[in-house]
Amino acid sequence: MSGFFVLATILLIYLVIFQIAKASEYVGVLKGEEVMRKQSNRINGFLLISFLVLGLVGVWYTNHLYAGKTLFAHESASVEGENFDSMFMWTLVITGVVFFITQILLFWFAFRYQEKEGQKAVHFAHSNKLELIWTAVPAIAMTVLVVIGLRNWFHVTKEAPADSVVVEITGKQFNWIYRYPGKDKVLGKTYFKNISDKNNNPLGQIWEDKANNDDIIESSEMHIPVGIPCKLVINSRDVVHDVGLNHFRMKMDAVPGIPTSLWFTPKFTTKQMREKMNDPEFNYEISCDQMCGPGHFSMRGVIVVDEPTEYKIWLATRKPNYWTAFPEKDPTKQAPATADTTAKKTADVKVVTENKTAKK
Amino acid sequence: MSHEAVMHAHAAVGHEEHHGHHHHESFISKYIFSQDHKMISKQFLFTGIVWAILGGLMSVLFRLQLGYPNETFPILEDLLGKWAKGGKIQPEFYYALVTMHGTVLVFFVLTAGLSGTFSNLLIPLQCGARDMASPFLNMLSYWFFFAASIVMISSFFVETGAASGGWTSYPPLSAIGDFSEGSKAGMDCWLISMALFIVSSLLGGLNYIATILNMRTKGLSMTKLPLTIWAFFFTAVLGVLSFPVLLSGAILLLFDRHLGTSFYLSDVFVSKTQTALPNEGGSAILYQHLFWFLGHPEVYIILLPAMGMASEIISTNSRKPIFGYMAMVGSLFAICILAFLVWAHHMFVTGLNPFLGAAFVLLTLLIAVPSAIKVFNWLTTLWKGNIRFTPAMLFAIGFVSLFISGGLTGIYLGNSALDYQLHDTYFVVAHFHIVMGVASMFGMFAGIYHWFPKMYGRYLNHTLGYIHFWVTMIGAYMIFWPMHYQGLAGAPRRYYDISNWHFLKGFDGLNQFISTVALIVFATQILFVFNYFFSMFRGRKLKNPNPWGSNTLEWTTPINPGHGNWPGEIPEVHRWAYDYSKDGREFIPQTEPIGAGESGHH
Repeated sequence: MSGFFVLATILLIYLVIFQIAKASEYVGVLKGEEVMRKQSNRINGFLLISFLVLGLVGVWYTNHLYAGKTLFAHESASVEGENFDSMFMWTLVITGVVFFITQILLFWFAFRYQEKEGQKAVHFAHSNKLELIWTAVPAIAMTVLVVIGLRNWFHVTKEAPADSVVVEITGKQFNWIYRYPGKDKVLGKTYFKNISDKNNNPLGQIWEDKANNDDIIESSEMHIPVGIPCKLVINSRDVVHDVGLNHFRMKMDAVPGIPTSLWFTPKFTTKQMREKMNDPEFNYEISCDQMCGPGHFSMRGVIVVDEPTEYKIWLATRKPNYWTAFPEKDPTKQAPATADTTAKKTADVKVVTENKTAKK
Repeated sequence: MSHEAVMHAHAAVGHEEHHGHHHHESFISKYIFSQDHKMISKQFLFTGIVWAILGGLMSVLFRLQLGYPNETFPILEDLLGKWAKGGKIQPEFYYALVTMHGTVLVFFVLTAGLSGTFSNLLIPLQCGARDMASPFLNMLSYWFFFAASIVMISSFFVETGAASGGWTSYPPLSAIGDFSEGSKAGMDCWLISMALFIVSSLLGGLNYIATILNMRTKGLSMTKLPLTIWAFFFTAVLGVLSFPVLLSGAILLLFDRHLGTSFYLSDVFVSKTQTALPNEGGSAILYQHLFWFLGHPEVYIILLPAMGMASEIISTNSRKPIFGYMAMVGSLFAICILAFLVWAHHMFVTGLNPFLGAAFVLLTLLIAVPSAIKVFNWLTTLWKGNIRFTPAMLFAIGFVSLFISGGLTGIYLGNSALDYQLHDTYFVVAHFHIVMGVASMFGMFAGIYHWFPKMYGRYLNHTLGYIHFWVTMIGAYMIFWPMHYQGLAGAPRRYYDISNWHFLKGFDGLNQFISTVALIVFATQILFVFNYFFSMFRGRKLKNPNPWGSNTLEWTTPINPGHGNWPGEIPEVHRWAYDYSKDGREFIPQTEPIGAGESGHH
């Protein structure tokens, strides 16, 4: 019923607008085309300049409402992203100046030079000097932006430092799989035809490659240490995805068959960010930024940035996927007696305490 | 000399044919399989309007989901069935809507509807030709477009729904049916429709080029052409050189889908069926290169006609010559060349070689220079004019405003170091909707309001025109300006629902606001469509054959020109199109010989 009323109201509004428009046309015929044109010219001239003023107020108001909700409200969470923030601001300044000058001139000229009694347009067809100025000035401005841009571009795309923590991230419809190289610091070889979720081989690890034996696979969260460069090796199992790291100010596509990578140095742990943003629920979220199917919007990943010692402890408690795929190879499960398991646990605790002392 | 003599002989023959032809025209040859460029242009416009309503409606539907994610609209289930189960738009359908909205608006409305309409209408009329170089191919061009439309629309009625991989249709998502319902039969429809559309576009484009180069009337040298024709010329060149590349991309994708080839496929595992595909050695990135080699020129195919028409309309209604005519032509040319050299700026984050990326940054930002020249020249054209705000003029001014706003954000995205973060966020959505979508739409509206009297011998209702302009102008900024902020918060494109994401909290109110404004703007476009069809039959009649006091040739024809355009000889041209307010005269038509005491002429 309410739908019917909405429809009726809309139709009524259409009808009223149409009648007014029709009537104004008749009035125009009666008054004469000239008079009518001049009248509507004045109204539209006034509206144009009002649009400029209210528009500028709107620009301010939108900024007032939403600037605090953008990423820029908080500094970049990666060292490499700092350049993004400063470069964005420079670009904002340059384009902002151009924006205000040209929009103000556009609407001001339209208002100022609207048709008037006795006013004559000037026949002014070209001026080499003016045209040279507005070819040269944008060219110089663009050169500046290109120079800043390329400097930053080559900085973020250069090889990751040799001491980087390496994590492999693989996209699939509609979640992420993380792989750590383990103690040998080498990611074992994979082949997509080996992939089998049933056999606990979600990445198609080639078991003949011994480098795979200590590789750790995680699907809930990615942990990385703060202050140490982190290189992500990016893969996809099915369609093109994209690893979007908003707080670190970067992203990179995940393309099946063509591994890509990016690297960054996290500045704050998740805990520090929570305090900084005064938001206990904060997490570094990985958003998929490339259309990947009906579940695209739900393809969420989480990065937990730890203190280096916390990270080491976390890593030490992970089991290689090799053991999950071949439980019989798992030394902890092979242990026949319960006493041994307890021993193992104590050993783990020992590692923890050792790490803590190391930190001190 | 001999060339001109041939032209005249041809014109005379054309004239006789026209008389002989006139009396035998049946309904079918006049309105359906017409070879008259003016009728074909109206056919393109009609089809374009139908598509624009459908494409707009799609955006209203998916904006409902974005603005009111927690509400249900039972009426949608009545209308759409399983696609809106429980009155809520389903993700598969949402993505089909997004995909089709993009495809339809980019190709069917702003390519066929814009350049198809106005190139057809204005090229013969402003060049002083009786018709296109090949009226028959011109007719085929429309009917291929019609066929493409039928195939595209039918994809909504296949059981698995329309294509839903985004308007770019990247494989492997678009190649394998198991990845998405929309990648099944809907995707085949999409590819076939695009192939037909490309044929249409090529037939049209070759015709436009041939007509402009060969069939200009006596005295009309290239440098005396109105900027509209220059813009249509470069548009056609862009289309002819880049559309075939998309065709190859689409055909290879069809091969990958059905013939077991591996152009785009390698290392693909389907989780749903737990099978690894046999394909190896292909590259998903190859498709992106082929797509964007058209895709980027495509945005200029959309934009250049709007620029040309805005130039013409601004000059006419300012009663001033367009400022820097040669610079305007030169910048169109520069944009046309650069358009071919920047496609990979859509691919900065695909793992592209950084050095290659750097080259594309340089070339991309170079486009800002000709664009800036155009903007400053438009501003100077307004300066010290005597401006008449016809609805067309308002839309042309709106075009310039939007082109500035949207063009400037291109400087952010073209710089790879910024795109590294901004890529595929709402910042991109805001950017291209303003600069390419809405701006070109404004160019199209300006063209319709300006040349409607030429099409039908009647005016559109101006009051409705003013309402249409102001609501659309204010609405467009209200919709797309705040989207920049969503983009700067990192909001990715094509998200069906953002409630799961912590970093996107705080934008629900804005999404609702945008959706509401979009609804109002859409309703206003319906008002325009009504105005169009009402005025076609009942609009105020034209008394003066040159209603805007314009210099160009189309206004020297009778109010309702027949097939052949001019009843007698084709007029001769003696001057450029922009002698406004010269030597104390408000306008001097192109057909008037240069007077003895006239001050320096073009």
